[in-house]
Amino acid sequence: MKKLFTQRNIEEIIFRILMTLSFLLVAGGLGAILWTIVIKGLPALNLDMITQVPQGGYYLGKKGGILNAIMGSLYLAGGGTILAFIISLPIVLGLNVYAKNSRWAFTVRLALDIMWGIPSIVFGAFGFIVMLALGLRASLLAGILILCLLELPILTRTMDEFIRMMPSELEETSFALGSTKYETALYVIVRQILPGMATAILLAFGRGIGDAASVLFTAGYTDRIPSSILEPAASLPLAVFFQLGTPYPEVQQRAYASALILTAIVLFISLLSRWLSGRLGRFAIK
Amino acid sequence: MKNFDNKKKNLDNTLKQRRYFIDFLGGKLFLITTGLPFLVVIIMIIVLFIRTLPILSAKPLVDLLFGHVWLPLQGEFGFYPFLIGTLWVTLLAMIIAVPPCLLNAIYLSEYAHPTIRAFLKPLLDLLAGIPSVIYGVWGMITIVPWVQTITPDLGKWFGIEITNPTGYGILSGGIVLAVMVAPVIISVAYEVMESVSHGFRQASLAVGATKWQTVKFAVLPNAMPGIIAGIVLGFSRAFGETMAVLMVVGNVAKVPNNILDPAYPLTALIANNYGEMMSIPLYDAALMGASLLLLIVVLFFNLIAAFFLQNALKQTL
Amino acid sequence: MQTHVQIHDLNVFYGKTQALKNISLDIPRNQITVIIGPSGCGKSTLLKSINRFVELSIETRISGEVLVDGEDIYAPSIDVTDIRKKIGLLAQQPFPLPMSIYDNVAYGLRIHNMHKQRNLDDLVKHYLEQAGLWDEVKDRLHTPATRLSIGQRQRLCLARGIAVEPEIILGDEPTSALDPISAQHIEKRLLDLKQQYTVVLVTHILRQAKRLADYVVFMYMGELVEHGPAAEIFENPQEMRTRAYLQGEF
Repeated sequence: MKKLFTQRNIEEIIFRILMTLSFLLVAGGLGAILWTIVIKGLPALNLDMITQVPQGGYYLGKKGGILNAIMGSLYLAGGGTILAFIISLPIVLGLNVYAKNSRWAFTVRLALDIMWGIPSIVFGAFGFIVMLALGLRASLLAGILILCLLELPILTRTMDEFIRMMPSELEETSFALGSTKYETALYVIVRQILPGMATAILLAFGRGIGDAASVLFTAGYTDRIPSSILEPAASLPLAVFFQLGTPYPEVQQRAYASALILTAIVLFISLLSRWLSGRLGRFAIK
Repeated sequence: MKNFDNKKKNLDNTLKQRRYFIDFLGGKLFLITTGLPFLVVIIMIIVLFIRTLPILSAKPLVDLLFGHVWLPLQGEFGFYPFLIGTLWVTLLAMIIAVPPCLLNAIYLSEYAHPTIRAFLKPLLDLLAGIPSVIYGVWGMITIVPWVQTITPDLGKWFGIEITNPTGYGILSGGIVLAVMVAPVIISVAYEVMESVSHGFRQASLAVGATKWQTVKFAVLPNAMPGIIAGIVLGFSRAFGETMAVLMVVGNVAKVPNNILDPAYPLTALIANNYGEMMSIPLYDAALMGASLLLLIVVLFFNLIAAFFLQNALKQTL
Repeated sequence: MQTHVQIHDLNVFYGKTQALKNISLDIPRNQITVIIGPSGCGKSTLLKSINRFVELSIETRISGEVLVDGEDIYAPSIDVTDIRKKIGLLAQQPFPLPMSIYDNVAYGLRIHNMHKQRNLDDLVKHYLEQAGLWDEVKDRLHTPATRLSIGQRQRLCLARGIAVEPEIILGDEPTSALDPISAQHIEKRLLDLKQQYTVVLVTHILRQAKRLADYVVFMYMGELVEHGPAAEIFENPQEMRTRAYLQGEF
C-alpha cells in the first residue's frame, strides 16, 4: 500500500514544492530582466540609434545615435579577443601537451582561475596606472590591452576544458604513429578543439563587449568613431550608463534602447556559439 | 644505388633532426607562455602595492581600515564605511541567492526531466553572459521602485526608522547582485552534483530510500566541497561587481544602519572617483589601495574555492 | 520447491532497443538463482527489473508483470520504496554512503523508522556479523566507510542491504570488482544467507555460477533461452546455445 503521509513522504513533498518555487523564482527573475529590457528599449529604438553618431546636443535630447558606442565596442572586444586568442593558444597547448598533469600545470590553471575571478574594476585601475606611468592617454589600444587580459583566462580555460574532455587515446594514436609532441599539438589537438575554440572565442567576446568597469578607465568615451588605435573609443555599456545618468527622459529612453542593443548582441553571440559548436563538432571524436 | 641510399638516409636524418628541433623549440616556447597568467597576477599585485605605499606609509593601517571619515581634501581616508557597505551588500546577496540556487541545482541534477535540463543548461550560460550594466538597468527600472514602495511597510514591520525612502540602497543592491550571481552558483553546484557517481544514488535507493532522502544522505555530502566552492565563487563575484551595484545602491559614504540605508561599496568608490584622484594628494594611493584590497580578497576566495573543488574531484570514486 | 518471484511476459525497452523479450520465469524461494549469459544479453536488466531499478534509466518502457509473493510490484498502488526495502541489491561496485561504517548499516533502519523497536547498536552488530565484517571493524565503527578496503566495502554494502530485513537479495556481479580472496568471502556469505533469503545473482563467471547455483537461468540477446535446476542445466543442457555457451564458444 502507498503510505502518503509518513514523515519522509511529507518531507519529500515539501522539498519538491520548495524546488519548484525556487526554480520559478530564478527563472522568473531572469525572464523579468529580458522582458524589462525589451519593453523599455523597443519603443525608443529607431534607425538613427544604430546608424548615427551623437549630434550636437545629443545628451540634451537632440538628434543622433550611438553608432560610436556600437563601433567602439566591436573594435574593443574584437581587438581584445583576437589578441587574447593569439596568446592563449600556446598556453593551452603548452598546458595540455607539454606540462600535462604536472604541478606546474596545476599552478597555471589556478593562476588562470584567479585571473578569471579578478573584478574588472581592478583590471581597469591597474590599466589606468600603467597608462599613467607610460604617459598614455585613454585610447582604443589601452582598452584592447586591458580587455585582452580580462578575456585571456576565459579563452584559455574554456579551450583547456575542451582538451581535457578529449579521449587520451587520440593523443596516444598520434604518438604511436611517431609524431612528436609539437606535431601532435598542432595537427591533432588543434583540429580536435575547433568547436571549443569557437565557443571560447565567442564567450570571451561576449564578456569583453559587456564589460564596463575596465574600459571606463582605459578606453575613455568619445562621440566619434575612433580612426586610429591611439584615439579614445566609446563602448555600449558606458553609453547605457552615461545616458541613464542624465536628467532628461528622452536620453534615458535612449539608454534603454542602448541596453536592448547590447543585450541583443550578447544573446546573438551566445546563440551563435551554440550553433557553431554544433556545426564544427562534426569532425571531433567524442 | 648505395649512394642513393646514403643520401636518403642523410635526408631522413636531417628531417628528423629538424622535427626534433622544432619540437624542442616549440615545447620551450609553449611552456614559457604558460607562465604568463601567473606573471600577470603577480605584476598586478606588485604594481598596485607600490602605488598604495604612499598612503600606507603616511597613515597607520588600522586608521585606514577602521576610520569612519572619508574626506580626501582634508587628507582623511577612512575605508570603514566602504568596507562595511561592500560586506552588507554582498552578504545580503548571498543570503538571498544561496537557498534557491541550491534547490535549483538539486532540481536540475536530480529531479528535472532530461528535456528540461537540456533546455535550462544553455539558458544558464546565456544568463551568466548578460553584461552587468544590463542587470543595473533592470535594477533601476524594476527593483528600486519596488523597494521604494515597500520601504514604509518594511519600516513599520521591523520597527526601523526610515532615513532613506528612495529605494536606492543595500536591499536593492543585494537583490540585483543575487540575481546576477545565481547562474554562477547554480552552474557550479549542478555540475558537481551531477558528477557524483550514480552508484551512490543507487546504493541509497536500493535500501528503499525516497528520492529526497537519497539527495540528502548520498548526493549532498559527496557534493558538499563543490557546493561550497560554488558559493565562494558566487561570493567573490558579487564582492568585485561594480556597475550593477553602483547603479542601485545609493552611494552614500556613511556606515549603514539597516538594509534600507544606502551604501557605498569599494568598487563604486573606485569607479566614481578615478577622474579626480590625481589632483588630490594621496587620493590615488587610497583608490589603488582599495583595488589592491579587492584583488587580495578575491584572490583569497578563489584559492579557497580551488581547494574545495580539488577535494570535490578527489572524492568521486 | 516454492516460488518466490514470478515473472510474466516481461518486456523492457530502452528507447527503441528491446533489452528483454517476453521473459517468463519463476524464481524459487530460499535458493540461489544464477542468471548467466554473454555480455549484453539482458541479465542485468532482468535483475534490475525485480527491484524496479530499470525505471531509473531514462526512456524505459516496461510491460508484463513481476509478482513478488503474488503481488505485482509494477502495480500503481505500490510504493516503490517498499519494494526496494523488501528486495536488497548488491551492486557491481561497492558504494559506501558518505558516512561512518555504523551509519551505513543503520542507514536503512533509520530511513524506515525501524530502529525504534530494538537497540540500534545490537542491530548494527548483528548485521555486520552476518556480513562477516564485525571482527574487522568493531573497533572503528565510527570512522568513515571510505577507509575500508574494497572487499570490506562490499561486505559493508551487504550488511547495509540485509539490515532492512529484505526477503530477496539481488547480486549484480557483486564480486567482479573484488580480489579473489574478497570474492570468496562474499560467495561464502551468499551461501550462508540462502537459509533466510532468496538470492538472485548475475555473473559472467561460469565457475562462480557452478559453485553457487541451485537454479540456473541462461539468457541470450534479451531472450530467456533455458532455465532449470543447476544440475540439469550444467549436466544436460537442452538448447544448442546453452551448450555452446557452457563449452566456452562465446
